[in-house]
Amino acid sequence: MSGLDLSGLRACPGQVWGAVRLVPLVRAEPVTDLRLHREVYRDEPAGPVTVRSGKGTYCSTYVPHGFVADWTGDGSPAAAYGSQLGDGRGPVVCAPLHFPRKPAQRARDKGRPSGGASGTLRFLPLHLALDGYLALHFGGPSTVWEEWTRRAVREGLSPRAERAYRGEAVPGLDDALRVFEIHPGQCGVLVYVADAPAAAFVVPHPDDYRALHPSLLQDLYGELMYQYALYGGPVREDPVRLPDAYIGSLAELRSAAERRAAEWAAQHAGLMADSWLDASYDVRQVYRMGRFRLSRFLPPFALHRPQHIGEMITDGKGRVVYLKTFRLTDKQVRRGHVLHRLAAHDWQVGHAAEAMGIGHRELMRRVEHLGFEGLLKLHG
Amino acid sequence: MTRQDLVAAEDVLLFVHAAITATGQREFHSDADGQRLSLDFLHAYVRVNYRPLYAAALALDINDHNAALIVRRLLETAGEATDEERRTEGQLIAARLARLPAPRVYRLFRALRAAKVNNRRTRAIMRDWCAARPDPALDAVKYRAGLKCAARHAHLRLDGEPQRAGELGDFLFAPGRRKHFTTPLLDAWRRAHYEQKAVYELSFTVAEGFAAAHGIGRRAFLERIAPRMTRLERLRVQESARTTRAEVDLDPARLPLTRLAAYVLGLPLDDRVARRAELTGALRAAARRTAGARAGTWGRVAAVLDDSFSTTGSRQKRRRPLATALACHFLLAELAGSYRPLWTSGRRDPLLAYPYGPTPLGMRLLDALEYAPERLVIVSDGWDNAPPGLAGEVLRVWRTRLDREGRTSVVHLNPVYDAENFAVRRLSAEVPTAGVRDAEDLPALVQLARFAEGRTGLAELRAHLDDRVRQFVRGDHGASGEHGATVREGGAG
Repeated sequence: MSGLDLSGLRACPGQVWGAVRLVPLVRAEPVTDLRLHREVYRDEPAGPVTVRSGKGTYCSTYVPHGFVADWTGDGSPAAAYGSQLGDGRGPVVCAPLHFPRKPAQRARDKGRPSGGASGTLRFLPLHLALDGYLALHFGGPSTVWEEWTRRAVREGLSPRAERAYRGEAVPGLDDALRVFEIHPGQCGVLVYVADAPAAAFVVPHPDDYRALHPSLLQDLYGELMYQYALYGGPVREDPVRLPDAYIGSLAELRSAAERRAAEWAAQHAGLMADSWLDASYDVRQVYRMGRFRLSRFLPPFALHRPQHIGEMITDGKGRVVYLKTFRLTDKQVRRGHVLHRLAAHDWQVGHAAEAMGIGHRELMRRVEHLGFEGLLKLHG
Repeated sequence: MTRQDLVAAEDVLLFVHAAITATGQREFHSDADGQRLSLDFLHAYVRVNYRPLYAAALALDINDHNAALIVRRLLETAGEATDEERRTEGQLIAARLARLPAPRVYRLFRALRAAKVNNRRTRAIMRDWCAARPDPALDAVKYRAGLKCAARHAHLRLDGEPQRAGELGDFLFAPGRRKHFTTPLLDAWRRAHYEQKAVYELSFTVAEGFAAAHGIGRRAFLERIAPRMTRLERLRVQESARTTRAEVDLDPARLPLTRLAAYVLGLPLDDRVARRAELTGALRAAARRTAGARAGTWGRVAAVLDDSFSTTGSRQKRRRPLATALACHFLLAELAGSYRPLWTSGRRDPLLAYPYGPTPLGMRLLDALEYAPERLVIVSDGWDNAPPGLAGEVLRVWRTRLDREGRTSVVHLNPVYDAENFAVRRLSAEVPTAGVRDAEDLPALVQLARFAEGRTGLAELRAHLDDRVRQFVRGDHGASGEHGATVREGGAG
């Protein structure tokens, strides 16, 4: 369990459009030896893509776009590979991805020596995180494995499913992203919908951010964010107020203005800490590339608090270089919570219910309500 | 001065500033429908409540879109006006139509036809306007559909000169009836259908279509048609000519300042660097011509100019807010005795301006005030976001605490109409905000802005408007010949 280390990033005044507030994160020193760029997969109109991993294994998934990470082993600057405008590469028709077993994969067909000093990794944004969430204790109780196997053979896999909304479906998000004025040196953004934290997005370099800013529109957002955007109404822009009674000269006016800016940043840091930094996350490393690590994290699934799943790339000192989060809805948090509790008590419903301070029947009702009755039918 | 008066004055000013900026096109922050809806409401509101002032707005520097819209609304609702009002309206409409570009007037006539406005007054206005056109044959060729529609709608008699009786009518309605026309231009149009040489006797826009039909190469076409082009057409084809390596001369010193600024901003940065001396010289010359006798009379001037990302404008108004700011920059440099420009992005080179970054207006204002200017001009769309509202607070504290005597006169010029608030966006209640479309109007707008402080009543405003109306209607009779000449030159090259 650990927190996120967002040092090196400074929050600047947010920009409000309708129900969406976008708070830019500016990096004083951009990271140059890791670069991200984007691959657009051809799926017009947007629909599921079938990915083949050979040997007759298929996986159908919605893949709006993929990220490619470029890094150098020795800390020298990496090329901004494809994040330049107009490099004229067509969309990738079908990426040889192993999914969901391996959501991150080294890009092979790039004409680069793999395993050399510099390499590239291709991964699907947020899929790592969602994968982590969906696979949470998905193995289920070891006692029902046999039953599961039989059912899988008979009916096929019945993987867990979660609903999410595309950014385009979230009302007002497209306009908010369009009119947003990107700051010089900006390397990330915090998205608030109706002033509730919806997503965080951080990249290593300002050029990458500029190229990837529109990709926020193709990301996934929880149902809660969709509803907040739909019903939340416009949020208030909090304009600066200066205490005019104490200002007697232009220099004082300037210092008052600068003080306000500093206060604002501190205030926001407090708010941000509440929703992103404060929580302790269960971080799992997925891939290692040079001095960087790609990992995914799960929240502690504490009830009634905004919680995010996500994925990140951290450097050698543990500072976040790339970050993307997905805000779970309350129901999703409850699911995680119950699964956690059950797993902790080795799937003994009685023990788990006792630990949670509720009756056996109540826990069964909750499990059923959350759509997991299949897990416990025989076992309970 | 009653409260009612104040409200009325505010309403009218709100409308005037909206009518200067809004064009019903898409803007950075709102779409075309929103803009049109908002503007239509404003027109209806002012027309119903303050009809004489609504008509008087025609005498001000409002943009052509709104001028045409006002004329149309006035003619549609002529029944609501008294006889006296109608007389003034008629004079104003005639004077304004004479100054509008011909395509815009023909479009207005078409709109009147579509709206089935065909009263005697409308027909008289159309007849008088068409009769005052310097070259009916040119209009018939260049604005064929427009003139045809107007003739049909207002029952115009097109046979002006007896020896060419009915020729124009035949040309428009039955061009196959005559073997040839005696008017050279009409005959050139007839011959241009099969003779390439005749194409070059026509005006540029008409010739362009024939050139395509004949398959004439772009380069050859541009070089030969160049003498027939108007100034703005020359400006428009500059880049097209450059790619095909055709020679189309352009006298930049004669171009309108804001158009020139928009042209410069449309060039790639490398081109601007390569042609720095030429472009700067052209912008300076245009600014000097615009400033005229007022050059150097404004004393110590500071300007805060917005080049944030929102000055991108929209697909219809590409980089328009930035072009206005750039033109204002060059104009202010000429008007001022000593001048200090401050761009919001912090960059220093105006020629290489491009929309970039957030809008830290507040901090730039502090920098500008430190210069202790006599006049401070802010050109911005009013979306102050880094941090939000700081500019308004700085101005408020400056006005209420630090500069109560008004040593510095501050004015905010806003090139963007905010559809949601039915007005141009203000920075602060203490500072007057005026709409701006062309930087050329800047001196007049600074005058008008004093009304926008919200302390002047309706009587004063009405007096100002009456004054403008008198000048406008009178000035028209003196200037119509000259204006006609420019139109003629514009049309025929």
